Formats: sequence, C-alpha cells, structure tokens
Amino acid sequence: MFFFIIRRVLSTIPVLVIVAIIVFLMLRLTPGDPAASLVGNNGTSADIANIRASLGLDQPLPVQFYKWSLQLLKGDLGESYYMKRPVTQLIGQRIGPTLSLSFLTMFVTILLAVPLGVFAAWRHGGWLDRALMGFSVVGFSIPSFVIGYLLIWVVALHWQLLPVQGYVPIAQGFGGWLSHLTLPALTLSIIYLALIARVTRASVSEALSEDYIRTARSKGISELRVLTRHALANAAVPIVTVIGIGVGLLIGGVVVTETVYAIPGLGQLTVDAVLGRDFPLIQGITLFFSFVYVLINLLVDLSYVVLDPRIRY
Amino acid sequence: MPTLRESIMTAPTDAVASPVRRKPLWHRVLCNWSVRLGGGVLTLLIIMAISAQWLGTIDPVAMDPSSGNLLPGTTAEFNNLSGDSFEHYFVMGTDSLGRDTWSRIAFGARVSLAVGVAVACLALAAGMLVGILAGYFRRLDNIIMRIMDSVMAIPSILFAITLMALWRPTLLTVVVAITIPEIPRVARLVRSIVLSIREEAYVEAAISLGTPTVMILVRHILPNAIAPLLVQGTYVCASAILVEAILSFLGVGLPPDIATWGNIMADGRTQFNQFPQTVLFPGIFLALTVLSVNILGDGLRDTLDPKFNKRGG
Repeated sequence: MFFFIIRRVLSTIPVLVIVAIIVFLMLRLTPGDPAASLVGNNGTSADIANIRASLGLDQPLPVQFYKWSLQLLKGDLGESYYMKRPVTQLIGQRIGPTLSLSFLTMFVTILLAVPLGVFAAWRHGGWLDRALMGFSVVGFSIPSFVIGYLLIWVVALHWQLLPVQGYVPIAQGFGGWLSHLTLPALTLSIIYLALIARVTRASVSEALSEDYIRTARSKGISELRVLTRHALANAAVPIVTVIGIGVGLLIGGVVVTETVYAIPGLGQLTVDAVLGRDFPLIQGITLFFSFVYVLINLLVDLSYVVLDPRIRY
Repeated sequence: MPTLRESIMTAPTDAVASPVRRKPLWHRVLCNWSVRLGGGVLTLLIIMAISAQWLGTIDPVAMDPSSGNLLPGTTAEFNNLSGDSFEHYFVMGTDSLGRDTWSRIAFGARVSLAVGVAVACLALAAGMLVGILAGYFRRLDNIIMRIMDSVMAIPSILFAITLMALWRPTLLTVVVAITIPEIPRVARLVRSIVLSIREEAYVEAAISLGTPTVMILVRHILPNAIAPLLVQGTYVCASAILVEAILSFLGVGLPPDIATWGNIMADGRTQFNQFPQTVLFPGIFLALTVLSVNILGDGLRDTLDPKFNKRGG
C-alpha cells in the first residue's frame, strides 16, 4: 500500500517534466520572435537586442532551459512582461474566483449527475434514461459560451432573477457570492454533467447485470441499498476516473465562462495574457493548470485503493 | 465533406468482422436514424456554406454605420463605404458596424466547416503515424506514449490558446493549433488497434513469409483501422469546430474582420444586453453544426464500430 502510493507519486514526475519541456519549447521554437513582438512595430533592432538580452533569449537553448527549470524548482514562474510582477503572485491574486466557480460547479454537477445516472441505469430504457442520453449528446455539442449567453438572456435579462455579470467575493456576503456564481456554475456544469451522468449510467448498468445484484435482491435487501451499496460501490472507479478527466474540460470551460460573465479569475488572466502576448504569464498559467490537472488525476488514481480494495499495483 | 458518405460506402465491408452475412454495410449505415438526421442537417449546412453568395447575402465585410444595430427582419437602405447604395432585407439584423448578420453567418459557415474537416484529416494522419510507430515498433512505444500522455495533461483549449498567442493568426495556424492537442487521442486509438491486430495469426503468417513491414501495415493493419478512425474523425471534427469558435470568441482566432461564428459573437458581446441577436444567431448555428456532426458520429459508431466504447476511444 505504502509502496504503491510512493510509486504512483513518483510516476507523475516524468509527465510533469515532459509537460514543462513542452511548455518551454512551445515558447522558444515558435516562428515569431517574442522580443520583436514585445517591442512592437516602432522598435529598432537595438531595442529588440536589448530585450532579448534582458530575457535571456540570446543564450543557447539548453542554457535557457537549465536556468528556467532551476527557477521552476524554486517555485518561481518568472515575471510578467507588462505587469512587472511575479507570475506566482498574479496567479495567487486571481485564483479565488476561479476556485469558487470550479468547486461550486463540481459540487452541483456531482450532486446531480450521479443520482441521475444511477436512476437512468436502474430504469434502463425508461423516459428519464432516454432524456438523459439525449441531453448528454446536446450537452456535449452546445458550446459553453452559447449556453452562457442564453442563460443571461433568459434568466438575467428577461426574468431579472440573477445579476447579469460580475463577481462578489464570499467575504462580502454569501448571498451575493452565490447569486453571481449561480449562472456561471450552471453554464460550466452542463458539459461536465453530460459526461459524468453518461459514464455513471454505463458503469452502474454494467454492475446491475452482475450475479451479486441478483443475490442481494433475493436476500430481500431494499432496492435503494442494492443500488447504493452494491451497484454504485462497484461502479465507483470509472465514475471517479471521469470526474478527474473532466477537470480538463472544466479548465477549458473556466477560461470561456469567466470571459462571458466578466469574472476576474484565472481564466480572464489567461485571456489578458494571451491578448497582450505576455509570454512568461502565458507559460506560467499553462504550467499551473497542467500541474493541477496532473495532480488531480494522481489523487483519483490513489483513491482507487480506497474505492476498490482489489486494486493493488 | 460530401466525400464522407462516399468513403463510408467504399469502406471495405470486412472492416467489421461479422460471422453472419447481413445487409451490406453501407445499407446498414444509411438506414441508421442518427446517420440520417446528423448527415441530413450537416448536408444542408454544407450546401448553405457552399452557396452562401446566392442565399440573399451581401458582402459579409461591407459596413454601413448608418444602418447599425438593425433588428431582425428590417428592410433598409444600405450604403456601402465604396459609394454603392441599395435596398436590402436584413433577416437577422445588423451588428454595430452595420454588417449584415445573416451574410456573416452564411460565409462564416465556410470557415467553421473547413476548419473542422481540415483538423479531422490532419489529426487522423498525424495520430495514425504516431500510433503506428508506437504500436508496431515496440522500442519507441514507451517514450512516444509518455510524450502523448504529457500532451494530454495540458488542457486542450489552453494548449490551442497558447499556440495561437505565439503565431500569426491565419487559417493554417488555427488549424495546426487545434490539431496538435487532438493528436494523442487518435494516436492512442491507433496504437490499441495495432497492438491487437499484430497478435493475429494472419499477421504472424505475413511476417514469417517475409512480407515487408510497410506492406503489412497497408494490407492488414490499415483496413482494420478505417472504421474506428472514421468514427473518431467525426468527433475530432465536432470538437475542432467548437474550439475554432472559442478561439475566435476569445480574440485569438482568425483576425476580427474575417467572418467566423466566434468573431460575430465576440463583436456582438459588448452590446449583448440591448441587441442579443448578434450573439444568439451565430450561437444557434454553431450549436446546430456541432450537434449534427456528433449525432452523425454516434450513428457511425453504432453501425461501423460497435466495439468503439470498449476500446476506450
């Protein structure tokens, strides 16, 4: 058990290293010269050379990578070109709204998707099952920003139930925080809900066809207990896996959703960095999101041991 | 795109190994309701894109600030900046610069569909190459799949956004930026097919007869990969159309003067509260397109490749 955890943790290191190399190379091996685009159209070649030197872009690639990865190991993601502040500090300032939005989305989604999936599997071919499968195809296909604008149009503009845009930190009142985040969380949860409900349905329905379900039923256990203790418990591994994989979708969705609802989080920071061609900031955010994604999936893998005692690597 | 249905018809019927001779494969594909619905709507959208100039449209980039923000269904005098003046019926209204929204949507369909098809073809070609290398040449397997895992660890929209921040926005760079994050998924699928086929007795026989590796790949591996790749290709196409729209919407896709659905929505964004139609109309077309491609993909999966889900594609 202990060795399994150690081994699994160590095995993420090569992935993290390759991710770091890819992100590093992406910014160095591009046809455009970052220094030139930073100077703009009015810069002289001397200006460009100065900037190249100050960013260390004039040194050979391996030297650049060595210096950059030493910094990275110290937790230093460099400094933003324009805001002249450490990237880690900028990420720290903007992470609050993004975390609020992501947690609320995950909370709502899991609370809805798992019971819906279980019920659909239980009444296989019933109306809820067919509705859910139809919804999941539609949910995958409608882009989150289209859903976002539809919700704003109907709920915020026509019915005037919730605020149109903006963000209120939770410290300034729970009600304001929740009312500003309800529509964004709903928008973001559609695709995630489609994914998790679909996998829950498939995996519970597979478990329901097993012999032990018939045994449990013939023992006279209540149907609810059969579904939760027997079917869902045995279907848990694929569900937890897809919750982890879905975080990738969630990260992409956060960037779009925060733009639609004008939430000052990491997603907006990303868009600002990209539009301003702020390369260290782009690099830092991409690395940060990728590392979070890898770590969440590490946690998911480790949870297998708890969820399914048969699994020993 | 019309070649899609043709290529299904000409796909070798032994791609799905079936002990019982049933109706010919193309017949089964065309009898499937998902294929009919998705393919039908998609064909209409393709016809719309190809014949955009004859569908009551005007120049999609022509502006007339004096007829800005017209409501859908208005007839107005349109004064081109080059001095022409004519009556025009604005089915879907105009944006703030007086550009005809319907014209922009009809011409924007060309970009969306072209990007979808181009990304699907490129991702399939590249993914096939990588997957065959990894699956057939075992020495490369470990290193290639590690790199693929790492690429998948970077959330795909973030990956594409970052690449677009570095490149000059052209149709080619947009296509490449969307393709790269899609490659690992195709590569994993191809690798798993290659791994299972190369254990077959007929491949072993071919090897022992001294058949060149290239011949084995073309004659034995490739025909088995066509059906699952076609299915995967439609899903890649759907997600590429989505990502292209997201890139344009965030302002890192094709330049804003080119009519793409994402660009139209980005233009309408600032005035959404007063004039929601400029955002909602392209959004509906985008959702409809992605939905029809996904439904077509589901139909193809059910008829061509029933094992698709189990293969983990």
